Amino acid sequence: MIHTSLQKRNSDLAQSNRQLEFLSNGIFKNGDLPTFKSKLSETAQFPLKAKKLEILQINVGYMCNQVCAHCHVDAGPDRKEIMTRDTMLQCLDVIKNTGAHTLDLTGGAPEMNPDFRWFVEEAAKAGIKDFIVRSNLTIIRANKKYHDLPQFFKKHNVHVISSMPHWTQGKTDKQRGDGVFAKSIQALKDLNAIGYGIPGSGLRLDLVYNPSGAFLPGNQDALQRDFKKALLDDFNIQFHNLFAITNLPIARFLDYLIASENYEDYMYNLVEAYNPSAVSNVMCTNTLSVSWDGYLFDCDFNQMLELPVNSKVKHISEYNEDLLENREIVISQHCYGCTAGAGSSCQGSVI
Amino acid sequence: MQKTYYDPADLKKFSKISEWNETLGEKFFDYYGKVFEEGALSEREKSLIALAVSHTVQCPYCIDAYTGDALQRGITKEEMMEALHVSAAIRGGASLVHGVQMMNKVNKLEM
Repeated sequence: MIHTSLQKRNSDLAQSNRQLEFLSNGIFKNGDLPTFKSKLSETAQFPLKAKKLEILQINVGYMCNQVCAHCHVDAGPDRKEIMTRDTMLQCLDVIKNTGAHTLDLTGGAPEMNPDFRWFVEEAAKAGIKDFIVRSNLTIIRANKKYHDLPQFFKKHNVHVISSMPHWTQGKTDKQRGDGVFAKSIQALKDLNAIGYGIPGSGLRLDLVYNPSGAFLPGNQDALQRDFKKALLDDFNIQFHNLFAITNLPIARFLDYLIASENYEDYMYNLVEAYNPSAVSNVMCTNTLSVSWDGYLFDCDFNQMLELPVNSKVKHISEYNEDLLENREIVISQHCYGCTAGAGSSCQGSVI
Repeated sequence: MQKTYYDPADLKKFSKISEWNETLGEKFFDYYGKVFEEGALSEREKSLIALAVSHTVQCPYCIDAYTGDALQRGITKEEMMEALHVSAAIRGGASLVHGVQMMNKVNKLEM
């Protein structure tokens, strides 16, 4: 089990340009596999264009109390990047002036940002239809100062989306760290106790499933059925939906793929599973990702690869809907992850 | 150069079997697809049966394919191993139960 970020380990792959080299060279450069661009071109879907903004996803920092084996953010306790209140104010201006119906706060563990609660309170006043916080669950049990988070979420009608790679301890702890499963179960019980995940309560609790290894997620509906049955039977826990997300070959998951000699097979699987009908619904077409320091990206993955939006507007302080709409989405081979099978987005399958 | 009878890359070429006999190939894959659809048994249960049978028929392609399929469905390694033991028990039992024939024969032939 790893305990530090790639950055802390001074790994080559902590550098985004090194990751992009992997994704561009080798099997893609020698023609064994088609590039994502050529695959899009085959079905006249290149260039991929952004549509109207619907979801603003804000990464409020890379600090996290966990060091998950597959983390595409390379987050962890040793990461200090954190969004300041000034940048949050710039985000709030955009939230108030845009037609985006969903605000999606992510990290790291977003709750570890010292201005997290202030930001939630201010953003909640903006009348966003779906206000998401991506919680890793264990943060709720990590320290006394976080124990009241469920009540705080309820007060502001926050939609909680939490990672849960499996309904068994072994698979969960292997991906997310020793003891994570037990703490996650306790956190889910805390959320259920005040109504989260309970049918009819209006307090939405969804879970995110990432495969715990070099394989793609199975059918989302079937996985949801199995998760619901197991968590209810074993722990009397309820939740609304399960989102099955494909692991994208970047950061720590890329490091794992290379170290375990699974990289080429995984890329073959992604390319083989390419589904052209998933392309029109990939999340980058209606989402804008804001980094901890306010820069704009097509998605959280492009943020980690330091591939900024293809627009004159680069920073949230310069936000201009006209200039950002219809922009050309920046792509590389990692994008195969969002178009494999039933497709993948932060909200799970796309078809 | 190392030569083996099995090449993992051949698994991806399975559908090419139809190229030399499209009619029968398509009939097989239609049937195959139908067999694994949800019915009285769930797709998950069918995946575990397939994994167990893969070991019984000792098909390395099938073992690779259905191990991956099981992982995709969230099936745990404990469930996979139990399924494998079921196939091993049947396989072992199938040998052993023929021992009755051996015993019958011995009893008939011996004074």
